[in-house]
Amino acid sequence: MSPESSSTGSQLVKRGLADMLRGGVIMDVVNPEQAKIAEDAGAVAVMALERVPSDIRRDGGVARMSDPHMIQEIQATVTIPVMAKARIGHFAEAQILQALHVDYIDESEVLTPADEENHIDKWDFTVPFVCGATNLGEALRRIGEGACLIRSKGEAGTGNVVEAVRHLRTINAQMRRLQSADASELFALAKDLGAPLPLVREVAETGHLPVPMFCAGGISTPADASLVLQLGAEAVFVGSGIFKSEDPTRMAHAIVEATTHFRDADVVAKVSTGLGAAMRGAETATLEQRLAERGW
Amino acid sequence: MRVGVLALQGDVREHTASLTALGVETVPVRRPEHLENLAGLIMPGGESTAIAHLLTTSGVREPLARALEAGLSVLGTCAGLILLSREVLDGRSDQWSFAALDVAVRRNGYGRQLASFETTLEVVGLGAVPGVFIRAPKIESWGSDVEVLATHDHGDGVFPVLVREGAVWGCAFHPELTADTRIHELFVSSLVDR
Repeated sequence: MSPESSSTGSQLVKRGLADMLRGGVIMDVVNPEQAKIAEDAGAVAVMALERVPSDIRRDGGVARMSDPHMIQEIQATVTIPVMAKARIGHFAEAQILQALHVDYIDESEVLTPADEENHIDKWDFTVPFVCGATNLGEALRRIGEGACLIRSKGEAGTGNVVEAVRHLRTINAQMRRLQSADASELFALAKDLGAPLPLVREVAETGHLPVPMFCAGGISTPADASLVLQLGAEAVFVGSGIFKSEDPTRMAHAIVEATTHFRDADVVAKVSTGLGAAMRGAETATLEQRLAERGW
Repeated sequence: MRVGVLALQGDVREHTASLTALGVETVPVRRPEHLENLAGLIMPGGESTAIAHLLTTSGVREPLARALEAGLSVLGTCAGLILLSREVLDGRSDQWSFAALDVAVRRNGYGRQLASFETTLEVVGLGAVPGVFIRAPKIESWGSDVEVLATHDHGDGVFPVLVREGAVWGCAFHPELTADTRIHELFVSSLVDR
């Protein structure tokens, strides 16, 4: 085979990395030391960012892409994939992250949106993208724009799993509705969802998203991980939940174990024992800023 | 015939689907007792550091090492290949492997995700087979008992991508990500029911 016959950046190759991350934990890290702790604990990837969501929430101001130097330091520290966040619609930040050879870009509502109309045209990139979604229409719109991995949004930085559960249950219920619809109903359902018809037809036929579905936003204990995996998430993103807990190393190990053995309550009970305090958390009803409402 | 799929992390679902399409009964392996009475085992793609960690914490590592020594048939793809290799280059300083296959592999030897690629491979006995390489390991050296079943010319040299040493098969790419089940069929046809 000549090298010319190889192709990079195909959908299969971009979705393929998401497939490899299934059953794993992707951890937010803000420096090489945390990245090392994450890899030691069995994380399948790290998300390099300057502040975890709970600090972004506390500090306020505009949250942007991280300093390239910090991303490169983390790339030099770990052997697992390194992801980084770009602002919604900020394709120039995404171009920079691709130039840095990050393995996945998260077009994330945790950062301050740069465009209130348009998300990034993700078909334009060789690097794959993950995007958040609160419902099926949003998920399929992102996939239509080229996202290769969907994560339910939850409410980042709260340590409260309630929104993640709401979003997963919503997506699941809407997928079941499509499966029970007859072919002539799918046009109106696609209109109601605001989603591309071919993708609506695909979900109606298969019963799942065309790309893997992970869960993010508010996971802060092994039990939370077990819960969202039993609700159909295929892997978890943990942001503030690890490095804002009392004992991050133990919490990281415990969430990794619980993610692999999520149906085995004996294992989840064992790793939940004597963990120290989880992050303090926030009641979502009292939040001033709901990050999940960013993106549409 | 029962074939196990190591189900600690990675693309377990795709391997299971490929085996099911061939009419093979599959067993997800997460605990030591799941290794009993298997005709063979597949070690899937995923992150080798995460799977290595979970092999230790789940208690599967030691009994699997013994099973491999006793001649268990195994097919490792990508991360699975890394875990079976004699030597891992560019791994973590504490990265261990089962050393069941006499090859040295370089982790992410073809580059980071931007360099991940798909191509068509020529496999001995099968002809053209799709090859999907995701942050794939590169087999840089191999022993004389290792049979090379497919190679890939990546411009900087020709490297084996599908190898076999007796009952141990290693694959740098992901046959499970395509609908083509012939690599799985090749592996399954080598198994002896027990």
